[in-house]
Amino acid sequence: MKAFSYERARSVADAASAASNPGVKIIAGGTNLLDLMKLQVETPSTLVDINRLPLDKIDETSEGGLRIGALVRNSDLAADQRVRQQYGVLSRALLAGASAQLRNKATTAGNLLQRTRCYYFYDITKPCNKRVPGSGCSALAGFNRIHAILGGSEACIATHPSDMAVAMRALDAKVEAIDREGKARTIPIADFHRLPGRTPEIESALASGEIVTAVTLPPPPPGAQMYRKVRDRASYAFALVSVAAIVDSAGGRIRSARLAFGGLAPKPWRVAAAEHSLTNTAAGANSFDAAADAVVEGAHGYGSNDFKIPLTRRTLHAVLGEITRT
Amino acid sequence: MEMDGPVGANALDAEKIVGKPLDRVDGRLKVTGGAHYAYEMQQNSLYGFVVEASIAKGRIASIETLTAERSPGVKLVLTYRDAPKQGTGNHREAHPVLTGPVVSHYGEPVAFVVAETFEQARAAAYLVKVEYDREKGQYALPHHLALARVPHQPDGAPADSEVGNFSDAYANAPVQIDVSYSTPLQSHAMMEPHATLAIWDGDKLILHTANQMLNQGQRVIARTLNIPLANVRLVSPFIGGGFGGKLWVNADAILAAIASRYLKRPVKVALTRQQIFHVTTHRSDTIQRIRLGTDRDGRIAAIGHDVFSGNLPSEQVYEAAALQTRSLYAGPNRLTRHRLVPLDIPVASSMRAPGEAVGLLALECAMDELAEKLMLDPIELRIRNEPAEDPEKHIPYSSRHLVACMQEGARRFGWDKRSSTPGQVRNGRWLVGMGVSAGTRGNPLRFSRANVRLDPDGIATVRMAMTDIGTGTYTILAQIAAEMLGLPMGRVRVDIGDTIFPEAAGSGGSFGAASSGSALFEACHALREKLSGLAGMDPNTAHFGDGHIATGERSVSLTELVGSGVEADGEIKPGRNNQDFSQQSYGAHFAEVGVDQDTGEVRLRRMLGVFAAGRVLNAKTARSQAIGGMVFGVGAALHEDLVLDPRFGYFVNHDLAEYHVPVHADIPASLEAVFLPELDERSNPLKSKGIGELGICGAGAAIANAVYNACGARIRNYPITLDKVLASLPDQA
Repeated sequence: MKAFSYERARSVADAASAASNPGVKIIAGGTNLLDLMKLQVETPSTLVDINRLPLDKIDETSEGGLRIGALVRNSDLAADQRVRQQYGVLSRALLAGASAQLRNKATTAGNLLQRTRCYYFYDITKPCNKRVPGSGCSALAGFNRIHAILGGSEACIATHPSDMAVAMRALDAKVEAIDREGKARTIPIADFHRLPGRTPEIESALASGEIVTAVTLPPPPPGAQMYRKVRDRASYAFALVSVAAIVDSAGGRIRSARLAFGGLAPKPWRVAAAEHSLTNTAAGANSFDAAADAVVEGAHGYGSNDFKIPLTRRTLHAVLGEITRT
Repeated sequence: MEMDGPVGANALDAEKIVGKPLDRVDGRLKVTGGAHYAYEMQQNSLYGFVVEASIAKGRIASIETLTAERSPGVKLVLTYRDAPKQGTGNHREAHPVLTGPVVSHYGEPVAFVVAETFEQARAAAYLVKVEYDREKGQYALPHHLALARVPHQPDGAPADSEVGNFSDAYANAPVQIDVSYSTPLQSHAMMEPHATLAIWDGDKLILHTANQMLNQGQRVIARTLNIPLANVRLVSPFIGGGFGGKLWVNADAILAAIASRYLKRPVKVALTRQQIFHVTTHRSDTIQRIRLGTDRDGRIAAIGHDVFSGNLPSEQVYEAAALQTRSLYAGPNRLTRHRLVPLDIPVASSMRAPGEAVGLLALECAMDELAEKLMLDPIELRIRNEPAEDPEKHIPYSSRHLVACMQEGARRFGWDKRSSTPGQVRNGRWLVGMGVSAGTRGNPLRFSRANVRLDPDGIATVRMAMTDIGTGTYTILAQIAAEMLGLPMGRVRVDIGDTIFPEAAGSGGSFGAASSGSALFEACHALREKLSGLAGMDPNTAHFGDGHIATGERSVSLTELVGSGVEADGEIKPGRNNQDFSQQSYGAHFAEVGVDQDTGEVRLRRMLGVFAAGRVLNAKTARSQAIGGMVFGVGAALHEDLVLDPRFGYFVNHDLAEYHVPVHADIPASLEAVFLPELDERSNPLKSKGIGELGICGAGAAIANAVYNACGARIRNYPITLDKVLASLPDQA
């Protein structure tokens, strides 16, 4: 770990201003950043602590949704009565992530901005385009059990490890950010995380000096909500595949479906064609298979993650079967 | 005493204190932070940080330390250029560090940075710039089987054994099973990292270090540092788990000692979690072939077990996975062979029941496959192959109640409800199955000494260089002394974890309790004789109880007898019983698993282990130990997999986020361990047998067999992860 200086932000503008300087990292929960600093993956010269900023409230919006402050802890968000009642998929996704200790510390914005768990990214002696652009990707021809089958590139096949963000993607959440001039903007979650392309080191749509202040949820969509996480052990493991499903159905007929996937891609993944294929169809093997076809179309395994293709199909099938029976 | 002949009735048989489910005597210290581990010792020390080689094989071309040396707080950057000449040997004899520019495995220390604070040392460690000339190495066991050789482990069992004519008998057997299993590389994953605080007092070295076998460690350190044994003292009163990973001396101890001597100040170092995986030892992966030839009734005519494992070219230690196959089942024609493949990866050594833990993962699943082929209940198959004597050595068992464990377990677990056809039982989305496995583990006894002293305040003090790695040694030693001397537990003080005390075996290989406890038993026995003499009583009839010694009507308080204190020594050595009797502990594991019909996720639903392992010294710590072993059996079956990247010769998932061991959520509430009453007259004066590792032996195989029973997936390459199960799952409706 490189020695760093520590400052406490006095205001959001203060934090945004500081964040625009090279070498500055914003710290909130620190559950990911500190690990990466210990491993020399992140080497900030300054940490700006935003924990005391007033961004820790969950408010109802005039549209009937929720506005979740950037500093709301994962545990608090999962336990919020409104979230549990109206956004069950989000509560369940949060509780499927990390461990109780980590959730107590981890924040909403930090969760969105956490970095990949690619083994090679974590080891500074190994080539990694995300860590050192141009150095190569060790995962492509290496051990890639947890890596992407969709949305990756020849430069990077790392996945985004969040569960929370997958549920937010299904909910069409919006990320609010503010820059150092105090100018606010709203970024749809679909656009918030970026695909690696040739620049895997750029992971989000945030500009330099822009910081996340909140995530807003639109009013709860109609239908049943479910989060299914498939993993190698029962807790404290990242998703091999996860599905956030919101499906409006009755009497075996699907009116509409939203499906977001974790563990498959460099960002929470949605496939519009899969959702459309389910609209106004009878729930059953045929429609589930068609949706699964659409989800894994173009999917590519790299050896140790080949199994994710059949696993995705089977998991989606199971989720759709269960959610349309409820 | 030496263990020759039967023990006979003795003072422990009353079991007034021994055997009782008493709480750990060190429990309060541990939960209140009062138990100080090596890294917590305060001594105004400097802090060290290890720089690991980032290549697996080659030479250091250049090493630049100037920037690190100028970094704040840095006192020393040690490299091979300035490290002293050290003694050599295999990893159990010596542990020289920074010996030269040659890198023999990934993660081998190439520099050691010492600074005023841990943070300064760590920051500077990243500033050491090492350039390498890489050489091509061989890393993956399966790729290099052609290089296998017969290992020669001087103190170990022979690599091969043959009885009768295996190949003819197997070829002629009407029922045959010929299957290969593989087990992955594994890491110990103990809670406390390897840590040492080194202090020099003139020529004398004191090491506070996390080490399971202090006297062994003392010898290795003396040899490595070329100093007299008497000048080395190891102190290790509390150890946060070992699982074999702290049996031997690791780089932390030697680096701290060298740097401390150089700087003339105490130096402290702990390996980081990530470093542990490469800097210390691991368990080799194995490739195992099992051949079983039987008659149509399932009686084994031929049993063969071939094992490949890997280690550094300079090492002879192999994973003795066929060891249990030499004695577990009957059969006149037998063949076991171990082959060792030289690999350029870190040292492979003992981990959690070396041999049996992974050997039974193969043998006991092959037995399950055989039972299915014979259309026999797996328990019945084992009963039909229960030997009357050790089938290889043709000597009697000291005690053996495997069948009783199986039958008692079957009754308790509801084995009769198991469907012998896979895939028949469903519970919601879960395919449910049951599996069984035999468990066995060798019962070693090692040389140990103890001293016990009774002082006028009525406190008996036990002293020995024994360790407690979390198993409950403090508690069982106190129980033995209390029982023998007729004192309440609160009147016994146990001082262990220091080489200033009499030599003891340490903790490992399931020999700790038997060896240290027997030495203490002998010391207490000698003290009883002294006290009887002082009281003018016949030691054979004198009764010790309530702090008194009594014969007939006469009773004397011990405190009145001892004057300024009376002490006695005891000693145990393995004797003829080791050759004359086949000594193992036994158990039977029963597991019920659910396999998700859609995703192939395997989750344990309930599990039972029934064990027969001689006298149980403390029912509570024994149960905890057995359950801990069973949990690691779950890990071996379902989770643990240290992945080698053959391009780099390193372990990719070298942290506990990605090297998976079971977490609480993986372990159901219904996981129980039961011990059957058994006394072993030939094992040791306690009549106990080793239980340190029995819990893991066979546990994973029961789970693997349950997975097969649940869904028909016979996975022969561990761990059983969902990707391997997917293809066997039913089509989705």
